[in-house]
Amino acid sequence: MHELAITQSLFDIVLQHAVQAKAKKVKSVNLVVGEMTGVVADSVQFYLELLSKDTIASGMKANIKMSPMQAKCKACGQGFITKEMQWECPACGGVNLEITGGKELFVESIEVE
Amino acid sequence: MEIKVLKNIMGVNDQVAAKNREMLLWSKVFTINIMASPGAGKTSTVLKTIKALKGIKVGVIEGDISSTIDAETVAKTGVPVVQINTGGECHLDANMIQNALNNMPLDEINVLMIENVGNLVCPADFKLGESLKVLIASVPEGDDKPYKYPGMFTAVDVIILNKIDLLPYVKFNMAAFTRAVKGINGKAVIFCISCTTGEGVNAWARWLKKQIKGT
Repeated sequence: MHELAITQSLFDIVLQHAVQAKAKKVKSVNLVVGEMTGVVADSVQFYLELLSKDTIASGMKANIKMSPMQAKCKACGQGFITKEMQWECPACGGVNLEITGGKELFVESIEVE
Repeated sequence: MEIKVLKNIMGVNDQVAAKNREMLLWSKVFTINIMASPGAGKTSTVLKTIKALKGIKVGVIEGDISSTIDAETVAKTGVPVVQINTGGECHLDANMIQNALNNMPLDEINVLMIENVGNLVCPADFKLGESLKVLIASVPEGDDKPYKYPGMFTAVDVIILNKIDLLPYVKFNMAAFTRAVKGINGKAVIFCISCTTGEGVNAWARWLKKQIKGT
């Protein structure tokens, strides 16, 4: 449900950078979204269509790169992608982890004309 | 043509949150962002905490999609309350708090408790300007919640497990819950309480008082 607020924020960033670059049209935005943020890609696209209507970004697409939940074992230093219901180091079985990925939420780049 | 942007989408909210934090610290107000699923016992915990913090002046911001039920309940204790109705938004954001702070007598309070909208997903992403993030989990929700909402469970400083009076009646594996929480959030402090029997509330309040004094 927080996709509207998030899409509004990212759309503001997109327009700001498009205007700065004196772009005539915005074709797409490349986003990196961490799995742990709970952001739903389809909803972002849906709101983007609403928000971009009658702007230079009308009809723009969102290319979303999902970033999985990743961890590093505090015992042996092994990095890995976590599995559902299984937060254990695949190398040593350690359960104390440092979260190293999955919380990203940023605009990587935009494609303009 | 591709233009590199590399900008955090939450940047604008984070900036407003930083302003709120500055204002709250300047007013010497210790602020707690309380998050939980609906029905976990946020308002009950707020009420119990106000009582246990006697001598410390508390203010409360109530966040709900609609209604003023919680604000009215809290106002009966005599503390200043501001209700935010988000009108559909599933979380509080820094902007809403900035507006609410204009109606909160900051010079008359030492602690501000912000009761977020009942939701284990969205509030984790929105900083408000708080000193402490608290998650209230409850026994009937089950011990698997850390696995289902890792974003929330890793975002918080404190996890209060409420409704422990129900442990004899509900299948809840305390060791599994603690292991999951500690595994991904080593810094989190866990308190087990029951707002019904009052068990554990004083331990939480004692710890909280220390944090408030430390600021």
